[in-house]
Amino acid sequence: MKDNGKVTNIFLSGVGGQGAILASNILGEVFIKAGYDVKKSEVHGMAQRGGDVTTHFRFGKKVHSPLIKYGDVDYLLSFELLEAIRYINWVKPEGKIIINKQEIFPPAVNLGQMAYPKDIEKTFKKYFKENVSMVDGQGIAKRLGNVQAANVVLVGAFSKFFPEVKDQQWIEAIKTLLAPKLHDLNVKAFYEGKKAL
Amino acid sequence: MKEIMQGNSAIVRGAWEAGVKVAAAYPGTPSSEILKDVADNYPEVYAEWAPNEMVALQVAGGAAIAGARSMASMKHVGMNVAADALMTLAYTGIKGGLMVVIADDPFAHSSQNEQDSRNWARFAKIPLLEPGDAQECYDFAKISFDISEKFDTPVILRTETRVAHSDSLVEPGKRVESKIPLGLDPKEAPKYVMIPGHVRVRRKIIEERMRKLEEYADTFKYNVMEINDPSVGVITSGVSYMYTKDVFPEWSYLKLGMVWPLPKKMIAEFFKKVKKVIIVEELDPFIETEIKAMGYKIWHGKDLIPNMYELTPEIVEKSLKGKKYKAPKVKVKPEDLPRRPPNLCAGCSHRPLFYALKKLGAFVFGDIGCYTLAVAPPLQALHTCVCMGAGGGMAHGAMKALGKEGLGKVVAVLGDSTFLHSGITPLMNAVYNKGNSTTIVLDNRITAMTGHQEHPGTGFTVRQEPTNMVNYMEIGKVFGVKSIRYLDPYNIKECMEIIKEEMSKNEPSLLLCKDSPCVMLRRAKPMEKFKNPLYVIDTDKCRGCKACLEINCPAISWREGAGKTTDGHKRKGTVYINPDQCVGCEVCVQVCKFEAIVPGKK
Repeated sequence: MKDNGKVTNIFLSGVGGQGAILASNILGEVFIKAGYDVKKSEVHGMAQRGGDVTTHFRFGKKVHSPLIKYGDVDYLLSFELLEAIRYINWVKPEGKIIINKQEIFPPAVNLGQMAYPKDIEKTFKKYFKENVSMVDGQGIAKRLGNVQAANVVLVGAFSKFFPEVKDQQWIEAIKTLLAPKLHDLNVKAFYEGKKAL
Repeated sequence: MKEIMQGNSAIVRGAWEAGVKVAAAYPGTPSSEILKDVADNYPEVYAEWAPNEMVALQVAGGAAIAGARSMASMKHVGMNVAADALMTLAYTGIKGGLMVVIADDPFAHSSQNEQDSRNWARFAKIPLLEPGDAQECYDFAKISFDISEKFDTPVILRTETRVAHSDSLVEPGKRVESKIPLGLDPKEAPKYVMIPGHVRVRRKIIEERMRKLEEYADTFKYNVMEINDPSVGVITSGVSYMYTKDVFPEWSYLKLGMVWPLPKKMIAEFFKKVKKVIIVEELDPFIETEIKAMGYKIWHGKDLIPNMYELTPEIVEKSLKGKKYKAPKVKVKPEDLPRRPPNLCAGCSHRPLFYALKKLGAFVFGDIGCYTLAVAPPLQALHTCVCMGAGGGMAHGAMKALGKEGLGKVVAVLGDSTFLHSGITPLMNAVYNKGNSTTIVLDNRITAMTGHQEHPGTGFTVRQEPTNMVNYMEIGKVFGVKSIRYLDPYNIKECMEIIKEEMSKNEPSLLLCKDSPCVMLRRAKPMEKFKNPLYVIDTDKCRGCKACLEINCPAISWREGAGKTTDGHKRKGTVYINPDQCVGCEVCVQVCKFEAIVPGKK
């Protein structure tokens, strides 16, 4: 964020219904308020039907392409293990990765035709070493009383990568995008996520 | 202050500020958000879901001739339906500005084909603007109404998935009402009645208009020349510019905001200013063909840039760098991973119906909607998907070709929204021409696939006002269909019996799914009809036969593990029902032969 000419590339991946879109909207609020140009692009036409959801999120002084170039991801924020490994090749060698520990079986696994890939965490660690963090978003959110807040737990963990952004800016973004009755839960979820990393 | 907006919302904002009064559309990815945005956020604008794109364009065209700034929006294939209106509105011209938004879907993320809608502009002889991000969506939408009125022509605003569904910053302004007075004047008939004598007069005006538009293109403020390194110059537009500029920021650019007609003087100037010219455009060689026809030699274009699928920054880089492109290291082959295709929801009424069709061994002439997902294994119970309403017409044609041999084997399926869009006339035709096809309307009370848009069969307008609700039974009756029956899609046995009987009849049949709303449509209380909130596996009884996996319910999964039932049957594993996903539709219960699926508690 210190280099104004550089565009930062964040790739979010997950399964429809996990709240990846809300997470990318929170990022949008935060980085626009911080004075950056922002572009984000998502394919969500069939997400309601259990398909995968990906969001390309880019910020910098001036952003042209709405899509990140293959291999140019600075940060991968993934809400599901299989949807994390699917995009491993997109991440730069020095890229940073946060993965939610949830497994959601796709049809081929449900039908017993293919195995859910094992050792996803190990594969990531092999290539990205200490730059890989695993977060139990569902577990933490469940403890707070609502599993739906797992996405904001992940956002909280992710916020650690941007120490120059104050907590208050993240909280404001969360409050702007969520209904008032959800504020307390999600503010807690944000801080718990931050602690988890 | 700048706001982040989706491309679709930015179009609406621009149109609203330009004083638009009437907006009509039929939903289609990636254009569906446009009309919803108008309805939700801009009460000054009349908004409606039309039953199809042709009607939407007729509505907007009528409003424009009455003096109102108007817009129609649709996806690329929707333009095929609306084309009849567009081609002649290009002759009549308008009074109030008319913007036609066409959203392309390169790579067919959510479509039955790829089309390059820029071709419509050349075909219809009307201008086309192509934005590359939300700010441009806003700017171009706003100016399209001025162009429309200045040159008395409909204007196409062409977007595509990565523009329509990308969010970026927009600097919005205030609404300014149009100064054109509303009203109709019968004396203007020669301009609007396209009989041959009038056509020939208007035909000349169109040519003059194109010449004037070409001159205008050379002064159009969104056709922009950026001269950097003069050794390479790129002619491009829309999102292709965004990708190329990102990868090759050092090159020079001629970025076209107006893609038709092309700015000839600007192009000549650009060729003088740069050494070699590359044309980067998605899909067809539209700009390239035109520039070559002007007599220019280009360095590269479609010889390197693919003419299919969508472009991305790496495709642009790889294509233009060739062997010099360094690909990122492949750590895991994505093709080795299980895919995650979209699936019918748990509890969806389409699932049991298609399971019944599969068991009957029917050839299913399909259509476009969620139910097209029934093509995927293991259901594999849908066998064609061509265009809206096609199932009905094609099943009739196939039955005519097969004669008596086809009886009992063929069925057409259409959604409720699809039936109203283009399925009514094929049904009328099947009766009129003494056919014997069976048509099933999978009525789930909403346009589901595109995100729950209202239609004439739901009883609500886009702004949720109650309105008349189409009665499908009555439509069948007035067309002369003798055999019309209701189906409960959740009853597999009954579905099989009724469909088998109707397919065998030597007359047209119409079957209507009843009480089977989309499970995501809360207002229809879809779960109320289910007796139990969920079902679970009785592992004492489950023999691991996998029959229930055949319905492809996302809530049901296979659990490997050798064992025995309590009565001693060996098994390789059991199935598991995810209680968070199961809604209690009982479809799997009907499929299980061993009574191993039993009510559970939430």
